[in-house]
Amino acid sequence: MTSNDVKPEWPLWEIFIRSQHGLAHKHVGSLHAVDGASAIHHARDVYTRRNEGVSIWAVRAADIVASSPGDKEALFDPAQSKVYRHPTFFPTPDGVKNL
Amino acid sequence: MYAQLVETGAKAVKTLDQMEPQERAFQERINAGIKTEPKDWMPEAYRKTLVRQISQHAHSEYVGMLPEANWITRAPTLKRKAILLAKVQDEAGHALYLYSAVETLGVTRDQTYLDLLSGKAKYSSIFNYPTLTWADIGAIGWLVDGSAIVNQIPLCRCSYGPYARAMVRVCKEESFHQRQGFDIMQALCKGTPEQKAMAQDALNRWWWPSLAMHGPPDELSANSAQSMAWKIKQNSNDELRQRFIDQTAPQIEFLGLALPDADLKWNEARGHYDYGAIDWEEFFNVVNGKGPCNQERLAARNQAWEEGAWFREAMSAYAAKQEQSDMQGAT
Ligand SMILES: [Fe+2]
Ligand SMILES: [Fe+2]
Repeated sequence: MTSNDVKPEWPLWEIFIRSQHGLAHKHVGSLHAVDGASAIHHARDVYTRRNEGVSIWAVRAADIVASSPGDKEALFDPAQSKVYRHPTFFPTPDGVKNL
Repeated sequence: MYAQLVETGAKAVKTLDQMEPQERAFQERINAGIKTEPKDWMPEAYRKTLVRQISQHAHSEYVGMLPEANWITRAPTLKRKAILLAKVQDEAGHALYLYSAVETLGVTRDQTYLDLLSGKAKYSSIFNYPTLTWADIGAIGWLVDGSAIVNQIPLCRCSYGPYARAMVRVCKEESFHQRQGFDIMQALCKGTPEQKAMAQDALNRWWWPSLAMHGPPDELSANSAQSMAWKIKQNSNDELRQRFIDQTAPQIEFLGLALPDADLKWNEARGHYDYGAIDWEEFFNVVNGKGPCNQERLAARNQAWEEGAWFREAMSAYAAKQEQSDMQGAT
């Protein structure tokens, strides 16, 4: 079984689908494909067999820059003390409407 | 189930006090119901257990296409043929969602796949039984996918994010599989006496393997406790088996078929159906390669891999060439 030698794999792509209801593209999973066109083609077969979407984005997994769990505090803690960014921070006086 | 004997490497489940700080913090997050994601720290044994479980699950979906594909060209009507094609295509999709989830744990797709082809990795015992008649296609959808649903719904809450998300997708598609199977059985049961006998025969043959599919009884599954502590598994094998029996027994009666087990009886006091003894020796034999179709299944998958080699290579070569000419065009 010479063909069982491990040859370089087809690159990995992350797939994003926009559903019909005007929402943003959403990550649905990944797949292997040699290029963008075949990634879209495979994504159609793997992720949209039941009208799940009207638009597909395929992004090479290697091109995605992601935050790491170690950066969690540095990135997200500053937002925690800014409770005034939420409307519920402000009491609404009784009887005031449309606020 | 689709992953039946998953080694966790644990002899006993550690208490929080026995854990090192990092592992303890991990376990506390699990206990709090927080999902683990690919880049998060995780104990090596947790990662390895997930690799084993998810890859077994993926292989089961992929090998599971074979017994049903056996009847695509001989489906009794064009409608049944189109439905079966769609069903088998879904199983290919399930395999792909799961192979992707394994990959997030740092194992390459090809490595996972080659472990199946070499016989090193396991897949569900159920797919080593033959599909002898068209009624088997009904029985598989109804009983095997029915068992799969019982097992996979709790897996949607699994502690590992990518596995849980793959399961949500799978579960959305699984009801169609079970219903199309039941629909085939119903048509046969309403048909000629020969057709009904065919349905009965398929039920009799698939019933016990479908029960065994849920995995060894709790007292024989040493790894269950660890998987449950990690919330990879939420329910014990016996619990899920009982759930499947309780939901399926009334369906057998609805079809007007004879119960495939003389001990299958409603137990008012327990609030569950009682059932007869499962042949675990047969189960372990099938898992360990001695089922009726183990060799045939692996041979078919090796053949597909080998015969597809030229295509994989040609696609890579074409893409490399395109990229080169794009670069030349850009300068
Ligand atoms: Fe499936
Ligand atoms: Fe299925």
